[in-house]
Amino acid sequence: MQTIINAFPYLMEGLQVTLYIFSIAIVLGFLIGLVVALLRLAPFKILNWVAKIFVDAIRGTPFIVQLFFIYFGLNSLGFFSLDNTTAGIVTVAINAGAYFSEIIRAGIQSIDKGQTEAARSLGLGSTQTMRYIILPQAFRRMLPTITNQAIISLKDTSLLSVIGVADLTQEGRIQASATFDAFNVYLILGIIYFVVIYLLSMLASFVERKFVLR
Amino acid sequence: MSMIRVENLKKSFGDLEVIKDMSTVVEEKEVICVIGPSGSGKSTFLRCLNRLEDISGGHVYIEGTDITNPKVDINKVRQDVGMVFQQFNLFPHKTVLQNVTLAPVKLKKGDQKAAEKKAYELLEKVGLGEKAKAYPGELSGGQKQRVAIARALAMDPKIMLFDEPTSALDPEMVGDVLDVMKQLAREGMTMVVVTHEMGFAAEMGDRVLFIDGGYIVEENVPKELFGNPQHERTKAFLSKVL
Repeated sequence: MQTIINAFPYLMEGLQVTLYIFSIAIVLGFLIGLVVALLRLAPFKILNWVAKIFVDAIRGTPFIVQLFFIYFGLNSLGFFSLDNTTAGIVTVAINAGAYFSEIIRAGIQSIDKGQTEAARSLGLGSTQTMRYIILPQAFRRMLPTITNQAIISLKDTSLLSVIGVADLTQEGRIQASATFDAFNVYLILGIIYFVVIYLLSMLASFVERKFVLR
Repeated sequence: MSMIRVENLKKSFGDLEVIKDMSTVVEEKEVICVIGPSGSGKSTFLRCLNRLEDISGGHVYIEGTDITNPKVDINKVRQDVGMVFQQFNLFPHKTVLQNVTLAPVKLKKGDQKAAEKKAYELLEKVGLGEKAKAYPGELSGGQKQRVAIARALAMDPKIMLFDEPTSALDPEMVGDVLDVMKQLAREGMTMVVVTHEMGFAAEMGDRVLFIDGGYIVEENVPKELFGNPQHERTKAFLSKVL
């Protein structure tokens, strides 16, 4: 019990880092996903291909390889130097972005063509149609899948401990070896992740109910 | 100047030639009803008039503007050409009022307040003033279609296109929608109506176009077209539907 009480403040510091990284990365990831999805659906073949190659590259490689590529690989070129937190945020954002883009693309495509036709027949442009008619409807449909991906991305942040980011998992590892009580520290670590993710999905279902399609 | 002039219109979907050669003219305040068997190209014809379908050949002039010219700002032209769809296509995430005000507000035809005032007038006109705050999902088919008409009218169009507006409705709802359309016609709206309602075509049409196999087979005042059809295909079609 004493070990847990001693370790807890450190774990909370780690949790702060995890949440900080997650919140920035998930917003960036969503924006990347939106842009890539729109490129994927744009009426230009080249843009479709660029988007598809990006998504395939991310989906076809492990997260940890992407992380190493960005942190060690890109840094080794010497043009710039990303610190480990920034590299971690970038990796989570890009990874989530690829998956988000597929979710958003499917969501947009699930909206009936008649919606676009009605909007266009009123004289709205394609951008206005997307913004006011298609995306608001698509997002409501996508919300459960978006939540799912956000949870996966949150858990992926634990891998940033491998490049030394002082996140929740990294703090847990340090405490486990410092206290010689790996069982309890990792148990607590798991519970903290569980609680955070549980709160996240509660928030998501609250939002879902609020914006439910009539 | 004619409201609509169609010259040698052609439309193909891949190898399938849906409209082979159609020409016609619609004058101001005319009500044109388009009839014909399913698959004859009558909906496609209508959808070419506001370029919802890319036009494969020929020309379509709306108030003198050739909309087949790629340089034409089609969004501008569409503001003058309202369209009503078989499946209503109301925006389900918006209230009835928002459905009607969205385009005028976003396209800067006036401020929110003016748009709402006009929307209430239009909803009153189609008999749905009390449904302004409802969502489309809470309306019956006939009510939805009347909202769709109000939505199109909110842009002050000069032409209204109707694509089988009553085909998806329960029989008892058809009358309400037709009444609104009749009122519009009497007020002098230029209308092109693709329809299976021969009664409406006979009563309200200034001219009726019979379309079959990608051509306008016959075009005449309703009395003549229904009473004294000239072509075999028109006779065959009318004998089945009348």
